[in-house]
Amino acid sequence: MKLLEIQDLSIHFGGVKAVDGVSFEVNEGEIFAIIGPNGAGKSTIFNLISRVYTPTKGNIRFEGQDITGLKAHQIAGLGIARTFQNIELFDHSTVLDNLLMGRHTHRTTNFVEDILFLPKVRREEREHRRRVEQVIEFLELEAYRKKMIAGLPYGVRKVVEIGRALAIGPKLILLDEPASGLSVEETRDVAFWIEDMRRDMGLTVLMVEHDMSLVNQVSDRVLAVANGRPLALGEPAEVQAHPDVQAAYLGTGAAA
Amino acid sequence: MELLQLIIGGLANGCIYGLVALGFVMIYKSSEGVNFAQGDMMMLGAFIALGLGNSDQMGLPFAVAVVLAMILMFGISWGVERVVVRQIFGQPQFALVILTIALGFIFRFVAGSIWGYTPLVLETPFAGQNMRTGGIVISLSDLVTIGVTLVLTVALWSFFAFTRIGLAAQAASQNQMAAYIVGVPVMRVNSLIWGLSGAVATVAGVLYATRGAIDPNIGLLGIKAFAAAVIGGLGSLPGALIGGLVIGVIEPIAGRYAPGELAKMSPYIIMLIVLVTRPGGLFSQIHMKKV
Amino acid sequence: MRVVFKTSYDPDIDLHEHGHSRAKIAILLAVMVALPFLVNDYYLAEAANTLIWSLAGMGLMVAVGHTGQVSLGHAAFLAIGAYADSALMSAGAPFWVSFPLAGLITGIFGALIAIPAVRMSGIYLAIATLAVFVIVEELVIILEPITGGVGGIMAPSITFFGLSFDRYGALENFYWLCLAVVALVTWGYANLLRSPTGRSFLAVRDSEVSARALGINVTRTRALAFGLSSGVTGLAGALMGHYIGFFNYELFSIFVSINLLLVVTIGGLGFIQGAFLGAFLITAVPQIIAIMRDNLVSVGIDLSGVPGLDTMIFSLILVGFIIYEPTGLYGRWLKIRTWFEIFPLARRDMFRRQKSYLKTERMR
Repeated sequence: MKLLEIQDLSIHFGGVKAVDGVSFEVNEGEIFAIIGPNGAGKSTIFNLISRVYTPTKGNIRFEGQDITGLKAHQIAGLGIARTFQNIELFDHSTVLDNLLMGRHTHRTTNFVEDILFLPKVRREEREHRRRVEQVIEFLELEAYRKKMIAGLPYGVRKVVEIGRALAIGPKLILLDEPASGLSVEETRDVAFWIEDMRRDMGLTVLMVEHDMSLVNQVSDRVLAVANGRPLALGEPAEVQAHPDVQAAYLGTGAAA
Repeated sequence: MELLQLIIGGLANGCIYGLVALGFVMIYKSSEGVNFAQGDMMMLGAFIALGLGNSDQMGLPFAVAVVLAMILMFGISWGVERVVVRQIFGQPQFALVILTIALGFIFRFVAGSIWGYTPLVLETPFAGQNMRTGGIVISLSDLVTIGVTLVLTVALWSFFAFTRIGLAAQAASQNQMAAYIVGVPVMRVNSLIWGLSGAVATVAGVLYATRGAIDPNIGLLGIKAFAAAVIGGLGSLPGALIGGLVIGVIEPIAGRYAPGELAKMSPYIIMLIVLVTRPGGLFSQIHMKKV
Repeated sequence: MRVVFKTSYDPDIDLHEHGHSRAKIAILLAVMVALPFLVNDYYLAEAANTLIWSLAGMGLMVAVGHTGQVSLGHAAFLAIGAYADSALMSAGAPFWVSFPLAGLITGIFGALIAIPAVRMSGIYLAIATLAVFVIVEELVIILEPITGGVGGIMAPSITFFGLSFDRYGALENFYWLCLAVVALVTWGYANLLRSPTGRSFLAVRDSEVSARALGINVTRTRALAFGLSSGVTGLAGALMGHYIGFFNYELFSIFVSINLLLVVTIGGLGFIQGAFLGAFLITAVPQIIAIMRDNLVSVGIDLSGVPGLDTMIFSLILVGFIIYEPTGLYGRWLKIRTWFEIFPLARRDMFRRQKSYLKTERMR
């Protein structure tokens, strides 16, 4: 079944066509990767899906529902979580609080109940905490639970961000370069986690990634883009062998 | 005719707001901080000129007194940056806001202790000289104010647009670390800009003093100048001047045709309208963060 | 250092991790309740004043410390609270109706302001609040039937259930009233911080873009935070009106806004405790200056002829804090406490600030 359908997606910044006529579908339970050289428009596609940008043309459907007209804060509630290329965590809070912030879409209490801290709020807090602890266990973050983000090493922050996205309890997770800046060992951990997300949590994964070994290892299908235009779509090996893709990476007459 | 008269007076007033606003913008351009003591620097500059020039004080010739006051204020502002402001280098904008508010109070206390709190008049060569053309009276001090402001704005704009130091200052405000790495002496540039803004504030103060008596609380005019800088967009020197002129002109007109309290509110109402419709001011420099 | 062995998530959710800190709060509260029997009327009035300032400080702390919205115009909300309360009481409403209503009115006003201001940030928001302050000040003068205009009004005396809570007639009762209000608000504030609402405030402060990605409606959250902030400040304003007795617009000058900012920054941004420490400092320093002045007169130095000395000393304290201890009094206290807890293992560079570089805030 198709979870995410993207049709003819385009966005222009002034005269620059950052994304131009991109269409693809992500099936439920699939691990789908978008690759391409720097500035190809990969992150822009993510920003369009999570509604940071509004597309000039085209539409995005999630579970059959058109989400092109929704606001950025309405996306998480549908079950779409994302991470950011340059880590966007809440630096002055603890890891635990960062993860708890990921539970925002599941809160049913309003601010008056919160201020009075009614028993209902406590019950919900316990449930949030239980879910967050599952994420902590999954990503092996136990040692950092009460640590401030500001003092954590880069690799750990990267994992906390994945954790915060998982805390939403999404159906689809968008990972923006999950392995960038990570060591070989850390990248291997990420690869295992991505596979486990699908197997144990039933998640669908859409990721942007440069590390081809990670892409080859985990993804079912790959979309290659360059200059905002789609080049090739298919299995990882197939896409990498495609002459246009090779040309784009080598920089000789891309998208010819 | 009466309207034209109001507009000319308003333009001259607006120039003073504009000049103080220029000081805000200069510091904003170089360190992306806002100097809330700018109005008080204007006040201090005016008092120093008064102290040097008035016949019952040092009694120096007017031009000498003004130039000396500018040099002194350049030194004081430069020193304030080196000794105090530099200490909070890299802290969030908020810290500078609080720090400069406190500095403003200190300036006010210093001026009050030296010159007292009763209004004083600066002796100028162009006091009371008016020109009459077609039923409109233009005072010489208005003309001087407008002329000096235009010259200063063009000069400062050229400074930031063309000179190495001006460009370096702008680079430093975008990203201090990156500016450091490419060899911009960020600290030294900042001190220099503070010094310059002190000198500009002195000019504004002297021009203000040619139009009426001064006391240590005239620094509160800074708030209105602030509205001017915001209307212009904080990052634009011509914008600051235009903002100042807008406020300067609207104030007397509102005062003439609207109830008094509404007239007092008018600069702020305009500013709020601008902020709500264009949150970065008319010449906005805010961009979306890339994620 | 105390290690708590936890067998459920509840200790983490509770306001206090263990009975020890709960006991400390109880003792503090008991001392505060007993204060009327311990000190004379002069100091009791000062204590009430400090409580009112703490309340206003907590109000501002929600905006500045927890949502990152700097306001230079909070005196406007003090004014609205004070005038709303007085107007309602003059119209015949009893205090227990007028007081919460005054807070509500101020809160709604604040939230309404925050909605258009939500697109602004940092400096621009600070300036917008300054403009709102000036406009409110002028409105106070215009709305003479309610506010008494330039002349000012007399805050009605508080009585309910037949008891007088007049600031002059029954100071103890007025003090207890302030204490009860402050205690309730503090409790609510602490609850807020451990709940999803409080977390969403912090999220909006630290990264708007990822707050949105987590499903947080940034506009609504900021308006709510600003509304709560002004509401609490409005309550403080109402009490301040009763405390002063006869007041006009000058009670809520721009200097009051700045003093409030002082309270939160010197106290320690982002900590409830900071509001109290800051309020204590700001009410105690003028007293200390007055005492010092008297002593200096006896040794032949007369400073009474120097106006503005208080403000000057405040400014110097403020400059000192911004430069040497940006985390405020509470931050300093935390460092001292840690030093003792891990004695003798503390190292000099443990609390050294990381060198930071200002990145542009033009990118949002």
